[in-house]
Amino acid sequence: MDWALMASFYPDLATGITVTLGILVGALSIGVVLGAVICAARLNRVPVLAQVFDGYVLFFRGTPLLVQLFAIYFGLGQFEAVRDSIAWPLLREAWFCAVLALGLNSAAFTSEIMRGGVLGVERGQLEAADAFGFSPLQTLWLVLLPQALRIALPAYGNEVILMLKGTALASTISIMEITGLARKLSSEHFAPFEAFIAAGTIYLVISITLTSSFSFIERRLV
Amino acid sequence: MLALLSYGPDGWGDELLSGLGVTLLLAVIAFAAGSTFGLLLMLVRRRGGVAQALIAGYVTVFRGVPELLVLYLIFFGTGALIQNVAASLGYTERINLSGFALGALALAVITSAYASEAFRGAANSIPRGQLEAAEAFGFSGPKRFIVVELPQLLRVALPALGNIWLIILKDTALVSLTAVSELMRQATVAAGSTHRPFTFYAVAAVIYLVVSFFSERALVRVERRFALQGER
Repeated sequence: MDWALMASFYPDLATGITVTLGILVGALSIGVVLGAVICAARLNRVPVLAQVFDGYVLFFRGTPLLVQLFAIYFGLGQFEAVRDSIAWPLLREAWFCAVLALGLNSAAFTSEIMRGGVLGVERGQLEAADAFGFSPLQTLWLVLLPQALRIALPAYGNEVILMLKGTALASTISIMEITGLARKLSSEHFAPFEAFIAAGTIYLVISITLTSSFSFIERRLV
Repeated sequence: MLALLSYGPDGWGDELLSGLGVTLLLAVIAFAAGSTFGLLLMLVRRRGGVAQALIAGYVTVFRGVPELLVLYLIFFGTGALIQNVAASLGYTERINLSGFALGALALAVITSAYASEAFRGAANSIPRGQLEAAEAFGFSGPKRFIVVELPQLLRVALPALGNIWLIILKDTALVSLTAVSELMRQATVAAGSTHRPFTFYAVAAVIYLVVSFFSERALVRVERRFALQGER
């Protein structure tokens, strides 16, 4: 191990942190919004939509993220309709495909976590809220969501870490986030240990920061 | 579309099928080796001391760092290491390592980190009284572990191990990036030479889905088989 060389990699790798975090935040945002829609449609068994989302969740949870990413980034251009559409300038961008693929994947997992949270709230409480004359919206906002959030938070913390690790796949479609930069430094200097271990410590600092933030919030909510 | 997937020199059916075989082999080897090593890690960890801190660090690192980075470290790192050692011995020709073996090693390392946590959780669920009773009966340490602890450990850890299997099965796709001819790699090759990337990635995705689906079904059956009376 050449420690001086490894230390010299950090400034380069640091430029990838914002890219990694940008993809992470974008994907998680899509995941939360779409996940909530999926969860609501499936719990209320909205006709057609519920069945479509059942298949969606099954598909995105049962197939590798890499396949999903490649199907979107390399695959969609196969269709003329996609190439002619107004979304094409975005869909040919690697960063957009990375955020989209990770976001669609996260939505499937997030919707399941939300479902677990909602189902974890005792039914009797909803009936009690109803008996007290709460409107459905009040019940949702004052009774269901605060408790569901508390139940779902630990599992969501895990999902955030899984997504952080998933952002590394963006390097396979030419994005220079932390792993992509590490790969480049490794081959330029023929120093795989120094480059990948340096990158690993950065991921570790991010994931430990995220984990401790989640347990801090959990403790505050109890 | 059907011609593309046919079996034989014109279609890609046989390539995809052989890719699936490699994928399953990778997953099985990584899972078997990784969960066995994970069990050992758990056993060493609970004896305390320096080993406890070291293993806790190992688990944190391999669960907190991207799988792809672990794969790159082992794939490119081992190559460089062996090359350096060989060069110092005066052997300068290029050495090609098996991508399959290194991929299986990387996946096994990741599995072991997850599995040791699953076993740790399961071990904590066994009532202490049982272990004390075994001791009172004069069971030796290893006998106590094999006869009393291990069967219960495996049963309690089964759902978690099932999840780890599904995760590792999907993670095998990463090994395609080091040119191992598993399912994802075959799909990429087919996508490149037919200019039908979406078709082949979709077919690969469906194959992974089918394997996940049947794994899950099998898992439910195994869990039911080993459940306690009244828990079924």
